[in-house]
Order: sequence, then C-alpha cells, then structure tokens
Amino acid sequence: MIAILDYGSGNLRSAERAFSLSGHETIITSDPEICASSDGLVVPGVGAYGACMKQLIAASGDTIIKSRVASEKPILGICVGMQILFSSGTEKGGQLGLGIFDGEISQISAKILPHIGWNTISSPKDSLLFKGVEDQSFYFVHSFAAKSHVDGALSGWSEYGEKFMASIERGSTSAVQFHPEKSGDAGARLISNWVSSL
Amino acid sequence: MTLAKRIIPCLDVAGGRVVKGVNFKDLVDAGDPVELAKFYGEAGADELTFLDISASVEDRSTTLDIVSRTAEQVFIPLTVGGGIRAASDVDQLLRAGADKVGVNTAAINRPQLINEISDRFGDQVLVLSVDARRSKTESGFEVTTHGGRTGTGLDAFAWIADATSRGVGEILLNSMDADGTRAGFDTEMISRVRSITQVPLIASGGAGKVEDFARALEAGADALLAASVFHFGTFSIQEVKAHLAQRGYSVRQ
Repeated sequence: MIAILDYGSGNLRSAERAFSLSGHETIITSDPEICASSDGLVVPGVGAYGACMKQLIAASGDTIIKSRVASEKPILGICVGMQILFSSGTEKGGQLGLGIFDGEISQISAKILPHIGWNTISSPKDSLLFKGVEDQSFYFVHSFAAKSHVDGALSGWSEYGEKFMASIERGSTSAVQFHPEKSGDAGARLISNWVSSL
Repeated sequence: MTLAKRIIPCLDVAGGRVVKGVNFKDLVDAGDPVELAKFYGEAGADELTFLDISASVEDRSTTLDIVSRTAEQVFIPLTVGGGIRAASDVDQLLRAGADKVGVNTAAINRPQLINEISDRFGDQVLVLSVDARRSKTESGFEVTTHGGRTGTGLDAFAWIADATSRGVGEILLNSMDADGTRAGFDTEMISRVRSITQVPLIASGGAGKVEDFARALEAGADALLAASVFHFGTFSIQEVKAHLAQRGYSVRQ
C-alpha cells in the first residue's frame, strides 16, 4: 500500500489518482501507523517552506519521515516535499528542514519567477526514476531549489536562469522538484518506476 | 534544458457544459468539458484552463463536479477561473482537483483577497486575470470587468503592480481590444506589461493564425492561451508547436 502523507499541504487528490493508476492501493492519510508501515510514503508539499515545515511537524510528519529513512523504507518527496528533506531553506527569512540531505534550498536566480511549466532534465545514469523517460519534459512550479551536489546521491539537474537540482535518489529515499502527477505520460512512467521498486 | 513555452486551450463552462461554440467532428459530445479536456490533454496541451462563466450556486457545484471528473482523467495542470470570492472557494476547487485558480473581478473589488489566497496556498496557486483595453488612463490601458463591457477606471499597469506585490504566481493578460478579432495578440500591451513585471505572463485574445503565437512570444509572453481557434480546429496545438519549434522556440513535444 502507498500512503500519501496528508499534513494539509497540496492538491492530494491528483496525486492519489496518479499513484493508484500504477496498480497499488493508495490512500491519503495522516495516520502515523499507516504512514510508518506502508510500502511507500509520498510526501507532497506546496506553498512556502516554513509553512510546510510547521504543518509537517504538527502532523508528526518529521518523526514519520526520519524513522522511515532510518529503517530504509521508501519515500518519495514531491516539490516542497523534496525541499523539506534538505537541511534548511532561505524562503521568508530562513527555516530548518529535516536534514536528511545536506544542503540549502534557495531562490533560483532568474529574471522571471516562479519557474512554471515543462522543462527537461539531465537525468543521472542508473537512475531508477527516469528509466524510459530520460529525455522527457516534466511540469515544475517553484521559485526555490537545491543547487549543490549531495554526496552519495544520484541527482538529476535542470536549468532555469541557473542549474538546479530536479531530482535526488539515495538508498530508499527519492525526491523530485517537479510534479510527476501533473506531468502526463512521462510523469505516469516515473511514478510507475518508483512504485515497481517498492 | 530550456523551459518550454506553454500552449493553453481555454474552455468556457456554464451549467456543466462548454459554451461559446466548440466544433469537433471527432468528439461525440463537443459540449462535455471532461471529454474536451481529455481530448486537449492527448492533443499536446501543456495546461488547461476552465473559465466558469455561470452565475448560480447550483452551477457552482456542477463546476466542482466537472473539475473533479477532469482531474481523474487528465494529468496536466488545470486552472479554474470565475466566481472566486474567498479563500474558501479556492480550497474547494483545489480539493476537487484544480491546480491553480484565476481571480479577476472579486480581486478588483477587494484586493486583500489576493493576500488571503496567497498567504494560505502560496503565490503559485494564483493566476491574476487582467482584462485590459486601451483607454485614457495613465498607461493607456484600463482594467475592465464583465468580458470587457464594463470599464473600472483602474489603470491596468497600476493594478498589475499592486496585485503582484500582494502575491500572484502568474498574470493572464487578456486583450479586450484583440479578443475575438483573430487579428493577432496585442503585442504592444504584452511587451509593455512584460517590462513592468517579473512573474510569468500568459497572453490571451486575438489568436487567428499560427504566426500570431510566435509574435506574442517575441513580445515577451511565456505562455499563450487561445479558445476558438482550437475549438473550431482552425489549426491544432501540434501545428502551433511545430511552427514555434521551427522559429527556434522551445516547446514540449
């Protein structure tokens, strides 16, 4: 079973629909026990970094995510759900993240923000997520991103004004800056790649 | 790696049906918004916009139902505009499956609405829809309501500056002078608005030929919205994209 962590952030319905199409039972839940025991946990997130962290902690999402990482149970972060896995974010004065990945989330240097729309990704060789969709476009909506390499992780990179991290995979923890649930057939394939690894 | 220029078909919906004429031979029911959304999703649309032009409360719940049925079948971003007066309206639409919402008249009447929506859901959720026409205001462009029929006296550029400072993710700039003419997008207005704002700009109104889309991008648009040329099959989304690619613009194939 796949659990989509409901901590009050994001359009969870389209995520639920997209993941359930992969053939796995998918539920939207904030129940810590279900989140802890599910085969895969999806961590969505929209809005400001600090607001997301606050809501996540209020729903005990921080504890759930950290214990899943410690026991090597699969997690997929999406958009701000990727960003909060990093050490900190500079949005609206600066906030601490979960620190699962070392690095800061900062504003993209581009004339026009947010970065909205379909962009391609230079995906890492041996990536599980991008198998079969290496040269496809994915849908992004964000102004902040990770920009430095994380040791021991496979990262995909995209570019808008500057190079930024579009995906990260390390052990059982994966995350994407774009929205696979809104990225048409390419996104569906990426989701099914992740689901088939559970 | 380049951000693609987006092509966005717009569906006007009232009472659960697409209105303002749609004429597709290959659709069983050209008035069903869900079926049309699916069609455009498969035809290469980068996003979809539903404009809810209905007035009654019953129509409102029908719209929520359409949004939720569309979200079940179409996996590209969906913006819903029309009739949004409070953050609670946004909450309902997002729960039904919308990804973004468009605000227009209600934000002109009460600008604080923009702060309320962006504080709760983030700037990226909000598309500021500006229906502008040439007029004797300071910039030469005035904001209108009711599809361009009612002038507000509000200067379009001053309004855009005020609204973006409150927190909007994108601007949907509709030219009321060009709308329905099929004589091309209002490139002068696009390039002037581009020079005063740092959020993505969706140009709308006046598309008649594939070449018009390239001209609007040249003027500074990041995305292009059109209705009738797609609904009547004057040309397809793929034909527009092929032309743009030929002109050196990045598009999603």
